[in-house]
Amino acid sequence: MKGNEAIAEAAIKAGCRYFFGYPITPQNQIPEHMAKRMPEVGGTFLQAESEVAAINMVYGASGAGARVMTSSSSPGISLKQEGISYIACAMLPCVIVNIMRSGPGLGGILPAQADYFQAVKGGGHGDYRLIVYAPASVQEAADCVMEAFEASDYYRVPALILADGMIGQMMEPVEFKPITKRKQPPKDWAATGNDGTKPRAQINSIHIEAEKMSAVCKGLQCVYDKIAAKETQYEEFMMDDADICIVAYGTTSRIVKNAVKKARELGIKAGLIRPITVWPFPSEMIAKATEKCKAFVAVEMSTGQMVEDVRLAVNGAKPVLFVGVTGGMVPTPEMVLEELQDIEEGM
Amino acid sequence: MINKLISAGFGGQGVLLLGQLVTYAGMIEDKHVSWMPSYGPEMRGGTANCNVIVSSDPVGSPVVTNADAVIALNGPSLDKFEKTVKPGGKLFINSSIVEKKAKRKDIDVYNIPASEMAIKFGNSKVTNMVMLGAYVTATAVVTKDSIMIGIKKFLGKSKAHLIALNEKAFDAGAKLVR
Repeated sequence: MKGNEAIAEAAIKAGCRYFFGYPITPQNQIPEHMAKRMPEVGGTFLQAESEVAAINMVYGASGAGARVMTSSSSPGISLKQEGISYIACAMLPCVIVNIMRSGPGLGGILPAQADYFQAVKGGGHGDYRLIVYAPASVQEAADCVMEAFEASDYYRVPALILADGMIGQMMEPVEFKPITKRKQPPKDWAATGNDGTKPRAQINSIHIEAEKMSAVCKGLQCVYDKIAAKETQYEEFMMDDADICIVAYGTTSRIVKNAVKKARELGIKAGLIRPITVWPFPSEMIAKATEKCKAFVAVEMSTGQMVEDVRLAVNGAKPVLFVGVTGGMVPTPEMVLEELQDIEEGM
Repeated sequence: MINKLISAGFGGQGVLLLGQLVTYAGMIEDKHVSWMPSYGPEMRGGTANCNVIVSSDPVGSPVVTNADAVIALNGPSLDKFEKTVKPGGKLFINSSIVEKKAKRKDIDVYNIPASEMAIKFGNSKVTNMVMLGAYVTATAVVTKDSIMIGIKKFLGKSKAHLIALNEKAFDAGAKLVR
């Protein structure tokens, strides 16, 4: 199954019954699959007139308490940012999928990881965060989508699936596991119609008075702190005795794994920390690794974005290097291996 | 065991399906598999292609850099991917339409007149199946049985009458490399 199809089917399996989107390569198999499946499960698929319309439809459906998803690719996600910021402020859950292509601008359609900043450091305006999952395989993409719906409902924070064109387009076997349900608080905040017997449900993202806005921001921050404490996910690969720690996520991490194996054959003790959530970022784990590792390398399909978070986590304790390709190019294991050999010689 | 394949040609020659059938067959045989299509601008330049990995261990990078085998259904694909075959690897060329010969001497080259054979069977669409037969037989990455299960599933009930034709094309390709 293609990654895009797996993402769409996982959403259906997670109880998503509303999908609003607008076409863009390389994520088109998501709306295609949704268009076929939603009528079969009694849901609604709607191709909106624009990305802006689609995200505001998500805002509405989520405000009414529904499980809802939208998907797009980089330039389309930029268009959705205003809506995402509103949804974050109104504390509504939803899942947004970004199958990244290269940029800036309309860019190219090939895989890239250049929307990292946008995904984890804002994107839209204001003091908010998204829970951001960065799957590295088709199976993990499906698993992350299911988890994203549960986590988003639980915290009332929008979740983002940050994958690239390669994860979206490639085919791998996938097994839809039963969803791990959380004990969800009731959606008593949802605007579902009122017969006059209860207070009006207000879905709101405007707070004119400084005191109120400040309280909202602080409230959000408390939730984000909880998420950071409980939802950080990462994978360690050959880190037990690693001298050089590579940090990479998504497609790049798979390439790095090959490089790590080859490096080990040459006697270079390399390892990988792979963030599965890029926000919250596994900073603690990386900080801990500074005790044993002599150098860190961030590998990305960008000109250097996640590397900043790695530097913050390492906090000057050890050198942090960067290997990146961008614009739709994909790094090769050989390229990463060369960097590892250079570091090894310098140590 | 790991086997990395690039299947390339014009859009419409069935290069992506060829790769998918290898992927399905690998899956049927409980191997780890990945299939990664070209979807970018290169598709418009005559080299639609896919990277297929069949492996006994989990697949790391789905991108094929040193291919165990390349299947080139047209000239531009040969130009682009001949260098990607690793030394000792295999290169399958659709010699019906590719006029050039392979330059490499350190690989096994199979010139398969696949388009001509397919037309002889009455349907040029099975060109890919002739190539697939040659590839599967020469490499033994997966078995013919697994491939046939995949073909049957792909064609479904409505096109079940095409199974025999596809098998015939597959066998013809297989016979050429035996």
